[in-house]
Amino acid sequence: MTDFKVDAAVIGGGAAGMSAARALADKGYSTLIVERENQLGGILLQCIHNGFGVHEFKEELTGPEYAERWEEMVVGLDSSIPQVFLDTTVMELHYEGEGAGYTLVCVSPAKGFFHILADSVILTSGCRERNRGNIRIPGTRPAGVYTAGLAQRMVNMEGLLPGKNAVIVGSGDIGLIMARRLMWSGCKVHAVVEIQPYPSGLTRNIVQCLNDFKIPLYLSHVISKIHGKHRIEAVDITPLENGRENPDKTFTIECDTLLLSVGLVPSSELAQEAGAEINPVTGGPVVDGHLMTTVPGLFAAGNVLHVHDLVDFVSAEARRAGDGAARFLAQRRGDGLAPSAAASTGAGAVTGANTAGAARPVAAGSGEVTGAGSGAPPPPATAAMTDNGASLEVRVRPGSNVRYVVPGSIDVYQPIPVMFRPMIVKNSAKLSIYLDGQLIREQKKAHVQPSEMVEIDTSKLDLGKMKLSKDSVLEVVLL
Amino acid sequence: MYTRLSSGDRIQADVAIIGAGVSGCAIARVLSAFEIDVVLIEKEADVCFGTSKANSGIVHGGFHHNKKYLKTRLEIEGNLMFDKLHRELDFPFDRCGILVVATHDDEIKHLEYLYQQGVDNGVIGIEMCSRSRMLELEPKLHGDVVGGLHAPGGGIVEPYRYGFSLAESAQKNGTVVVTEFKVDKADHKRGPKNQPITVLRSTEGAEVEAKWVVNAAGLFGDEISKILGAEEFTIFPRKGEYYLLDKLTQGAPSKVLFPVPSKNSKGMLVIPTVEGTVLLGPTADDMLDKEDTTTTGDKLDTIFDSARRLVPTIAMKDVITSFAGLRPAMDSGDFYIDRSERVENLIQVAGIQSPGLTASPAIGEYVKNLLKKAGLALTEKKDFDPYLERIPHLRNKNSYQAEELSDLDPGYCRVVCRCEKVSEAEIRSAIRAGHTTLDGIKFAARAGAGRCQGGFCSYKVMQLIADETGQSPATISKHGPGSELFVNQIGPPIVSLEPAMTKGDK
Repeated sequence: MTDFKVDAAVIGGGAAGMSAARALADKGYSTLIVERENQLGGILLQCIHNGFGVHEFKEELTGPEYAERWEEMVVGLDSSIPQVFLDTTVMELHYEGEGAGYTLVCVSPAKGFFHILADSVILTSGCRERNRGNIRIPGTRPAGVYTAGLAQRMVNMEGLLPGKNAVIVGSGDIGLIMARRLMWSGCKVHAVVEIQPYPSGLTRNIVQCLNDFKIPLYLSHVISKIHGKHRIEAVDITPLENGRENPDKTFTIECDTLLLSVGLVPSSELAQEAGAEINPVTGGPVVDGHLMTTVPGLFAAGNVLHVHDLVDFVSAEARRAGDGAARFLAQRRGDGLAPSAAASTGAGAVTGANTAGAARPVAAGSGEVTGAGSGAPPPPATAAMTDNGASLEVRVRPGSNVRYVVPGSIDVYQPIPVMFRPMIVKNSAKLSIYLDGQLIREQKKAHVQPSEMVEIDTSKLDLGKMKLSKDSVLEVVLL
Repeated sequence: MYTRLSSGDRIQADVAIIGAGVSGCAIARVLSAFEIDVVLIEKEADVCFGTSKANSGIVHGGFHHNKKYLKTRLEIEGNLMFDKLHRELDFPFDRCGILVVATHDDEIKHLEYLYQQGVDNGVIGIEMCSRSRMLELEPKLHGDVVGGLHAPGGGIVEPYRYGFSLAESAQKNGTVVVTEFKVDKADHKRGPKNQPITVLRSTEGAEVEAKWVVNAAGLFGDEISKILGAEEFTIFPRKGEYYLLDKLTQGAPSKVLFPVPSKNSKGMLVIPTVEGTVLLGPTADDMLDKEDTTTTGDKLDTIFDSARRLVPTIAMKDVITSFAGLRPAMDSGDFYIDRSERVENLIQVAGIQSPGLTASPAIGEYVKNLLKKAGLALTEKKDFDPYLERIPHLRNKNSYQAEELSDLDPGYCRVVCRCEKVSEAEIRSAIRAGHTTLDGIKFAARAGAGRCQGGFCSYKVMQLIADETGQSPATISKHGPGSELFVNQIGPPIVSLEPAMTKGDK
């Protein structure tokens, strides 16, 4: 059995994995991406619609184009190249204890069974779709019921059309995108049925994918039964009134296809197996201000951490996780200076972290990304802190009308953005941040809704100047 | 691989078994050891696609019913036959033990009754347990447990894979399994020496001609009996609804947990499965429609309340799917296994509800003996091979064992189903065994049986079915004709299937 030893292993070669690996390799750490498919890009490859890259590249790209840009940055440079193992599945992830790092038990047809030994692991394994069982739609179990993402794969990559007459459950983004895709492909979409009183996808998708095609959206409705023995024949749709189904108003739509777009769940099983604590609200691991889980050296970013609306945010978050892992590796080496593995290439990047952006190879892609501007976090301006390892973590918790916050704490000396999801739909809302009960910042929000994640730039909170203790708590409140 | 007959095709056999559920498969497997031609007939696209695939998967402990019932005698006998079958056929089986859990002192009396019944039935190792003994046997039990009953001989089995392996073993020993053959008509005639012969005709016009017929048609046993001109009886479908929990649930017990039964039902159970998931259920609702396996969701709260009284850590968020099966119940409450009094060359195997799965190996022997008694000459086959080739499963291997697997076939090191860690090689071997539908692969190889329910691997399984069978992807179905998955090909696939590279290529 062959073993491979690296500074950092990145599990999953989608948007998050490529970004995290790039960040680590830029700092000179030997990095390895493990990807189960035979191509990098993950789910981006089946997302042939546009709208990707607005923040990262200041351009509207399709999913495959966005993936390709990143792939060039990951495998296209001749220095600090992260290694990529394709067609490889991580079967088990073991934390070997303080200082001993991780063992990844892997399989691939080309290499058979093998181990990867890594000092740090970044989990970027994405999410999966909730399915019929998760939402428990009663009725028969015929063919023709698919999750929206599976249907997307089938239509966009396998060239197979699921049916001629479809109903879509859930107004999540993939469902909305698929409504439009099906209409274009000769399958009529008769309805989108949403249990909530508001859409769960982005507003732009409601407009471009439903309204433009005159597809009715039934809010506060549920599928109450699936009919059909072999192939689905019809669905019963029932309105919710005061939170309860009103069976008297049930109506039936004949269809041969039912797509489910009823939410995504982080695929955080490997984190759980390694012993990481899971946030029951997000389904992803609990992380600190450097996106490290509760297991030392195990980081998480992207949809495995919490489900994002935009891939650009995934890339940005994963870059932060890559930075966090680099910081961990530097600290672990004790000197906080050059990483052991590739001192020659890494030295410049690390010692001069303030100028890291400039010191990097000036490949076009790389420059664009590091200079991505407002949406992306600044390069680690607090390199001094990285080097001496000082940190003070302040807990962040969701207050009124906030479903969750990620990360669960931030490092006062190196604050990274905090993302949160509203629980309410509201125009001219007020976002308030309290430190130990004291209001420290207030911000107007023109519109908030659960489907659109909000980012707080915590570097503007000037936490370094505040009086803090180990038990200090930041609370995010939306009113 | 199964045989499909078209209009005008006719095959002859000594024994035709109608219905390839666990009973039919077990009977076929027993008969395949003798020098006779056996045909096993199934109306669905695969075997064990009816009651046999949607049940509790329990090998019962032999204490729930009195020995005066045939079903109890066959249950006790069948239970003891599982170890040998497991060694020969390699289906997932675990004699993990059964606990009946009392959460109130009033229930102890009934436990004592069950204990005595178990002792009278000859159940090995059955014991009454104190509260502390119960918690020692199963630490996940609710703290309210006051005592219980332990039957160490009870266990769990993956019912469909048990059935598949019986059918495969029978086929290996010469049995012909005909699928998609729905018996529509039957004619009786006389052959040489006045031997009775029955001709079974399918809806499509194919024929199977047999000297002996076994009616093991499960839910449709009454209709088949009528078609054959034999006894009139009624099968009442009784629905059982289940919830399946993810293997990561905190609430997975190590033993099968029963509440103390009521008069009408064994109650709602918490059942660990051999593959690590957990089953909750079943409900028991009398139905009119024999094909109504709809889930209702009505009993969700009842099932969970009941389950949480046994294991408090069971959570609704762990549900990965729900399903329902129909028990073929008869008025008598017992099995009806006998030679027909109206049709001399017919053996009736009807009313096989719980504990039918447990009893099935014994049903096979019992039916063989009935046939023998009725005059069927049985000579043992010299070359009968009771063993099936063991298909390795990647998920059960440690690194070093798996290293050998990859030398065997690099396809073992390509994971197709990420949730259940099923490799390409395992799926290909299931397809080659005749499981050519998506459901067939789910039951035979577990691809799609996990938490994502096929969201990620369905298209890969379809590619593999297409590759192995030469079918076009648009004709591949969920569970047979009428359940095709996609309506048409609108373009070529972007990425074609790549063969798993061999090690030398790296």
